[in-house]
Amino acid sequence: MELREDVPAGSTAAIPHDDQGAGRLHMALFAVLLVLFAIAPMFFYPVFLMKVLCFALFAAAFNLLLGYGGLLSFGHAAFFGSASYISAYTAKVWGVTPEVSVILGAITAMILGVIVGSLAIRRTGIYMTMITLALAQMVYFVALQAPFTGGEDGIQSVPRRALFGVLAISPDRTFYYFVLIVVFAAVLLIYRIVHSPFGQVLKAIRENEARAISLGYRVQRYKLAVFVMSATLAGVAGATKALVFQLASLTDVYWTMSGEVVLMTLLGGMGTVFGPLVGAGLVVTLQNYFASFGAWVTIIQGVIFVIGVLLFREGIVGIIAKWIRRPL
Amino acid sequence: MNIKLALALSATAMLMGGTAMATDVKIGVLNDMSGVYADISGMGSVVAAQMAVEDFGAAEKGINVEIVSADHQNKPDVGSTITRQWYDQEGVDMIVDVPTSSVALAVSEITREKNKIHMNTGAGTTELTGPQCSPNTIHWLYDTYALAYGTGSAMVAEGGQTWFFITADYAFGHSLEQEASNVVTKAGGEVLGSVRHPFPGQDFSSFLLQAQSSGADVIGLANAGGDTINAVKQASEFGITQGGQDLAALLIFITDIHALGLQTAQGLVLTEPFYWNLNDGTREFAQRFGERHGGAMPTADHAGVYSAVTHYLKAVEATGGKETEALLGSMREIPADDPLLGPGEIQANGRKIHDMYLFRVKAPDASEGPWDYYETVATIPAAEAFKPVAESGCPLVN
Repeated sequence: MELREDVPAGSTAAIPHDDQGAGRLHMALFAVLLVLFAIAPMFFYPVFLMKVLCFALFAAAFNLLLGYGGLLSFGHAAFFGSASYISAYTAKVWGVTPEVSVILGAITAMILGVIVGSLAIRRTGIYMTMITLALAQMVYFVALQAPFTGGEDGIQSVPRRALFGVLAISPDRTFYYFVLIVVFAAVLLIYRIVHSPFGQVLKAIRENEARAISLGYRVQRYKLAVFVMSATLAGVAGATKALVFQLASLTDVYWTMSGEVVLMTLLGGMGTVFGPLVGAGLVVTLQNYFASFGAWVTIIQGVIFVIGVLLFREGIVGIIAKWIRRPL
Repeated sequence: MNIKLALALSATAMLMGGTAMATDVKIGVLNDMSGVYADISGMGSVVAAQMAVEDFGAAEKGINVEIVSADHQNKPDVGSTITRQWYDQEGVDMIVDVPTSSVALAVSEITREKNKIHMNTGAGTTELTGPQCSPNTIHWLYDTYALAYGTGSAMVAEGGQTWFFITADYAFGHSLEQEASNVVTKAGGEVLGSVRHPFPGQDFSSFLLQAQSSGADVIGLANAGGDTINAVKQASEFGITQGGQDLAALLIFITDIHALGLQTAQGLVLTEPFYWNLNDGTREFAQRFGERHGGAMPTADHAGVYSAVTHYLKAVEATGGKETEALLGSMREIPADDPLLGPGEIQANGRKIHDMYLFRVKAPDASEGPWDYYETVATIPAAEAFKPVAESGCPLVN
């Protein structure tokens, strides 16, 4: 009996699970990406590339939760933004070095992730999403009111100090490679998490939670763990971004930021390794290079999203994966 | 990135005029083209900048001006990427406009780092000429202090002795209330009380009733944007101005009045640096501006952009080049004067001063046509209207 009529032929279910071949393909793609990004500053503006990288990591962290954990959070701006504030504050006021402020930012996001996650995963579906949104808005209000965040002016002129206190990396081109290393390390970590036994259990929970429970997995713990990981990595992205732009502002914690990361992930391809990176690249490029079209930026973004949802629901990378019949 | 609005005629004009050396300058108009400030700034600012270049006769004077523009979407990161790209890659020499405080502060910081020039007409934060002031930034048009001072002092002088504030509960609202309260008490008035509303606020009824029952002569709205609009609408439903109390908005623009309509906004008191129907000079500009911008009248920000670009070009002409220090020095030397903002000067902290005006919104039957909204209540002289340099907290002033 046909239970799901809407599954098109050749969907993910039909992709051959040749894990080793896929692994080699992925590693090759990562290597190509790394080389491309390493030489990219010669052709593109480094600050723009750093922004792409930060959002790519943010989207990849979000995809870990949505694409592999099956949990839709609408509050990821809270982790991204709070880490960005802490990173900016510690770099500016405490005078810590970049790697320390990124770590402190990530720890903040992790703690917040434990709090938000443990409350949110008690519910599923839309209720969970709403809880994350509500808690994220609370973080927004803290950022708006707390004296150290500078209210709507944000924290400005954050210095880029020497890496480990010795390596001067403040010029854009040098700082770019610091960002590239941080982001690539984090994205590879996400890849490792997804392809570990832990990742397999996550996918099992996503596909059939009741069966995972019956097999003896402590589903709640897995959910909390992936939530916290995703929050922490989103924090790494936020903390790095604060150093790139040398500022932290309310934009980073506002709910539209949570929406933007959903857009990037869906556009690129949810549940794919490279999808979020492509989605982030696309959205950031749109925002950047179409800035002179004024009001059209948001309209174009909306139209692209609608077309994406209507024509290729698997996302750009998802549909390419379908064509070449390999998971990407 | 660039809608190129280059003035290509300059080359031929130069050959014919036989001017000695041509200077190429590139001006970036960075503002909000899609969000809440799109009407206040937006494409209108680009039109104003173009008009300034044409009216100045830049081409005849051997100055090739190219104007580029972009939308910062009110996001500091978007604004800061554009700013860096403009300075590093596109050779922009000066950035003008930039509403939204957080973006303005970011642009100001990058401008200092790259040693270029930023002339801000869009943002209201006093930080730009206060603790975060920069030798490369000139705050051209207004700030929250000037608005609070104008409304506060002039209202007390007009007989509004007692005040009650409805304040948005975040740093901006608090500082606006603080500044206005200081002015009111200094001018001999009395603050009866204040109430804080959550930001952003939807329902103002309880706050308005509290303000009404306080019996204060003036109800001051220490908030901005959508909050102010909501508060004014609901105040009109409660008949507050008809009941004899004055409603004073500390931060509101003519486009907000246009959106609210005179029926709702009548009687509201506010301070602005410019009004299109102020004198012959402003009316002449407004008419030409309207023809090029779909009939809309220029906002204070548009006038500010015109005035700032004009002053910048005067400095380019005077120095015969575009070396940043020389231009900054020259802009401080040349007396600022144009038909729109009148005479003024640039202070040591980068604050440009000029007269400000206290307006009252007309009743619908007193208005003679579209955009005829204000009657002038008082003129606040330049010397008084802005925060004294010594009190600004700017590290450049010693």
